[in-house]
Amino acid sequence: MDTLNLLLDGFASAFTLQNLMYASIGVLLGTFVGVLPGIGPAMALALLLPVTYGLDVTQALIMFAGIYYGGMYGGSTTSILLNTPGESASVMTAIEGNKMAKKGRAAQALATAAIGSFIAGTIGTLLVAFFTPTLATWAVEIGAPSYFAIMLLSMVLVSSVLGASKLRGFIALAMGLTIGLVGLDLSTAQARLTGGYLGLADGVDIVVVAVGVFAIGEALWTAAHLRRKPIDVIPVGRPFMGREDWRRSWGPWLRGTALGFPFGALPAGGAETPTFLSYITERKLAARRGGADEFGEGAIEGVAGPEAANNASAAGMFVPLLALGLPVTATASILLAAMTKYGVVPGPTLMTDQPDLIWTLLASLLIGNALLLVINLPLAPLWAKLLQIPRPQLYAGILFFACLGAYSVGRNSFDLLLLLLFGGLGFAIRRFGIPVLPLILGVILGPLMELKMREALDLSNGEVSGLFNEPLAIFVYVLIVLAIVVPVLIARFRPSAVPDPHNVEVS
Amino acid sequence: MAVVIGFIPDEFGEAALTAGLEEAQRRRTGVVVVNSTRGDSLIDKRYVGAEGMVTLEERLVESGIEHELRQTMGRDIAEEILAVAGEVDADAIVIGIRHRTPVGKLIMGSVAQRIIIDAACPVVAVKPG
Repeated sequence: MDTLNLLLDGFASAFTLQNLMYASIGVLLGTFVGVLPGIGPAMALALLLPVTYGLDVTQALIMFAGIYYGGMYGGSTTSILLNTPGESASVMTAIEGNKMAKKGRAAQALATAAIGSFIAGTIGTLLVAFFTPTLATWAVEIGAPSYFAIMLLSMVLVSSVLGASKLRGFIALAMGLTIGLVGLDLSTAQARLTGGYLGLADGVDIVVVAVGVFAIGEALWTAAHLRRKPIDVIPVGRPFMGREDWRRSWGPWLRGTALGFPFGALPAGGAETPTFLSYITERKLAARRGGADEFGEGAIEGVAGPEAANNASAAGMFVPLLALGLPVTATASILLAAMTKYGVVPGPTLMTDQPDLIWTLLASLLIGNALLLVINLPLAPLWAKLLQIPRPQLYAGILFFACLGAYSVGRNSFDLLLLLLFGGLGFAIRRFGIPVLPLILGVILGPLMELKMREALDLSNGEVSGLFNEPLAIFVYVLIVLAIVVPVLIARFRPSAVPDPHNVEVS
Repeated sequence: MAVVIGFIPDEFGEAALTAGLEEAQRRRTGVVVVNSTRGDSLIDKRYVGAEGMVTLEERLVESGIEHELRQTMGRDIAEEILAVAGEVDADAIVIGIRHRTPVGKLIMGSVAQRIIIDAACPVVAVKPG
């Protein structure tokens, strides 16, 4: 009951007219950016960060919450209407969603995605509210060696488990860690990787890296592939659902939520795995029921489940972020950076230091989620119109915001040069198929990890054994070894499947 | 030798198509229907989709006139149509025109105007209705 009261207090402070206005603006901006393919919630947050400068902490957080959920929701619209998933988490939605749209059921597909997102987001946020305090009290006990181990686990999982190629994952991680190293050494004040240039002494701001890699990289990539055959559009009306659709949707919504939340909270977060699992589960269940199995021809279950899983994992991400200060997705990294800018340091102590802020944030997540449903459901046809904006005009706007964002970080024109540099890097990693997430995580987690490692080593007077002197740390190291070794062993002992030439992706 | 028709899937394109088929009958020649896009946005309403192409083809077959359908992509729609006209050595180009305010023309330019000025053959400009 305690948690509930605290959450109600959070609602009380979030529920002012002004705050609701910021939540609405956040939701609208987030959806606007999220609908556009190639721009996910992480990029939306990074781009819109400067918009929130000048607001106070609470309002800024409320707006972030809106942008985040809006961005998540926006991806589903493009998946369904165009079969071009805005981000990797919507890939599964696109499979059945686009088929539904082609059969003239676009309105129902959009509705089940929106309502499923709302339900999963609400349940997920409530779960965050109940889990975070518990985890935080427990996390205070976690020592530096274990922290270091957990971060290492998170990096290894993100780089090796997600994505198609381990090597590419680790290349991205190495690049991110290197960028994270730039600047003055925290304990000895020696300059590292600055090339003697003073402007780099403070290190590279994560916002500059994120905006460069996401926005400028994407803009360059788009410019390199400017003219593409337009896609057939499927006209939509106002989303709605019939009674039959409701009956078939609620099961997948709840199952998707149950799958998505734990995966979002794990250090190797990301919505790809739970959305995939949800899709598989729904298909199996539909096959078992037999009869009219619509899978492959636009089954509403195949949209409802993955979309709910997607949003539940988006909510789950807040658990490690708030309780441990550990971002597990690119979006969480940006959120962490944004909160740090306002002097809020996520971690075990946040719950005790600034409880009001946390409860207000959680309350505003719930509000943002509800607004999303109210605002976006009627606006779906309008969002579809966004896709007619010619790329040159669109990316001119994005570049403008990108430069504004990078400049406003430190009011330093040198940051613009860095932005361009990271834009080039962003273009290169797209060209060579290197994942972005390990890079961003490396930049933000690298320095944190180093800090914990230094702490642990200082306590043990530099003895390496200081990194292994906690049971939790040893347990996590075992997990890391398993995460690396098991997939290799499985691949070796299982007779390798004959590669199917039709499955090889040709770009 | 043929009549080149600039087609888009709306009333202006329809007007051009009707007038173009009449023009071809009058000149006793075939038609080349061109539909172009700048290809710089995800959705282009003026680009005929897969289904639209099928119905368009059916209509052309029905008219009994020798025909060819082309979809092209390029920086400038006027250039695209003029390029096709040059290639097939067109007898005439038929296009639909719409009203543009002076300001609109200043900002967006006018595909019809550029075609009329730059074409090496007669241009028939028609309005719907």
